[in-house]
Amino acid sequence: MEKRVVFRQRGLPYLLLMPQLAVTLVFFIWPASQALWQSMLVQDPFGFATQFVWFENFRALFGNPEYTHSLRVTAVFSFAVAFSGLAIALLLAAMADFVIRAATFYKTMLIWPYAVAPAIAGVLWLFMFNPAIGIIAWLLGGVGVDWNHQLNGGQALLLVIIAATWKQISYNFLFFLAGMQSIPRSLIEAAAIDGAGPVKRFVTLVFPLISPTTFFLLVVNLVYAFFDTFGIIHAVTEGGPAQATTTLVYKVYRDGFIGLDLGGSAAQSVVLMAIVMALTFVQFRFIERRVQYA
Amino acid sequence: MVENRPVLTFLAHALLVLGILVMALPIWIVLVTSSQAPQDVLTAPIPMWFGDRLVENYLAVLGHGLTRSSSGPVAPMMLNSLIMAVSIAMGKIAISILSAFAIVYFRFPGRMLAFWTIFVTLMLPVEVRILPTFEVVANLGMLNSYAGLTIPLIASATATFLFRQFFMTVPDELAEAARVDGAGPMRFFFDILLPLSRTNIAALFVILFIYGWNQYLWPLLVTTDERYYTIVMAIQRMLTAADAEPEWHFIAAVAMLAMLPPVLVVLLMQRWFVKGLVETEK
Repeated sequence: MEKRVVFRQRGLPYLLLMPQLAVTLVFFIWPASQALWQSMLVQDPFGFATQFVWFENFRALFGNPEYTHSLRVTAVFSFAVAFSGLAIALLLAAMADFVIRAATFYKTMLIWPYAVAPAIAGVLWLFMFNPAIGIIAWLLGGVGVDWNHQLNGGQALLLVIIAATWKQISYNFLFFLAGMQSIPRSLIEAAAIDGAGPVKRFVTLVFPLISPTTFFLLVVNLVYAFFDTFGIIHAVTEGGPAQATTTLVYKVYRDGFIGLDLGGSAAQSVVLMAIVMALTFVQFRFIERRVQYA
Repeated sequence: MVENRPVLTFLAHALLVLGILVMALPIWIVLVTSSQAPQDVLTAPIPMWFGDRLVENYLAVLGHGLTRSSSGPVAPMMLNSLIMAVSIAMGKIAISILSAFAIVYFRFPGRMLAFWTIFVTLMLPVEVRILPTFEVVANLGMLNSYAGLTIPLIASATATFLFRQFFMTVPDELAEAARVDGAGPMRFFFDILLPLSRTNIAALFVILFIYGWNQYLWPLLVTTDERYYTIVMAIQRMLTAADAEPEWHFIAAVAMLAMLPPVLVVLLMQRWFVKGLVETEK
């Protein structure tokens, strides 16, 4: 789609674009190309000399058990967050859609966690699960479960999954509810007249009709779990215990910023870039189908 | 409602209320904890109802910070967060609306290249280019400054796309009429396009304010000077420092203060918030 009417000034559009392009080139494109270049360099321990090594850093990366462990942690974490966040939000949205009259009230009561920063969400759940003062840790102790996420890796992973899911439910809920409310009432009523109960209507009518929304949300949730949960992990577990919660993004930060491993960190950045590009591609490839209902 | 099913309706309400309670439970615990005296929140079970130190605790963290971990007062950190959130929101809106205007209303060599350059930023979140971006900011001497906290984050493909979509729907007749009346492009921009964009700007501002306030990794990287700490990133230091002798009542108060402004923005400007959220994803 193009505009028919345009202005003819020659220099002005460049002037208008300059601030955005300057920021993009200096803080996005240039650092990203630096990462690409550095990912093929190896620096000697004293920083005196660097050597070009082609894909050696990548080979070292995928041969490193710590990195493959971090890949597995990220996969478990992301799919757990995306799946539970979507399932709970879908259930709540279906309920809110069912009780149309009060849907707006429930929406208001459910959307505010979106505004809580990931790091703060982590702190909130830390209060619930802290081994010394946490109410849930205390209750679990009462039924014989010894909760200590500072020592138990599985429990630490569960804690960051809960905090990350809690924050994302609002977002999913909002989009699911919008998707359901945009289904023509006449379709639902026709199904009801034909004798389909609420459950049957949901399974055969509503859920298929909102599948574009579901797919879109799945991608968004994966991106969220990959990249936006750094704050939760850094504030709650710092990747521990014994790297049980070290996701890829946390590892880039630690290896690059604290470990100062230039080439290795750059290679990890490049892997992450490839992941975002793949997810963005998938998102845009299917975007037309989504807009139809959302 | 399509049919009357009292049992199902009751079940739906019950599930929703349960959902709300579970979502709100952590907030309740933290709110209550922030009103206790230190000795009451050392071991579980901690009190589930308010103590008598609510005002006292908040005044203490705002004015002095935590006692033992020498964290510095929280009020200046909230001011930093506010500066960061507002600058990022306004900066993103300003540079995006200008570039969308250029891309939609002008034909010039390099137009598509500019468009794709902006698009690529979608695929390069801070998290994937941590170290090189830090080096650029350090070389420019922008560490520990408001410029370093905000400028590297204000490039925005989503905002540019939103304004581009919106400008496409503005009738061509308006630009035509403006041109016939002898108005130049900037006159058209300020007198016609900008007033028409008000709702979009409001919706974007709400989303971007929350985005800016909740930044964590970036302030963590570029600030080492306490004067530039934001409240969201500082809470991690308070937690780590507090490991030996936790001051949970103060940490709870700081957590409440850190989430209050963005939550209020969402609740008070719900209409804009929902609009912004849905539109920026298109």
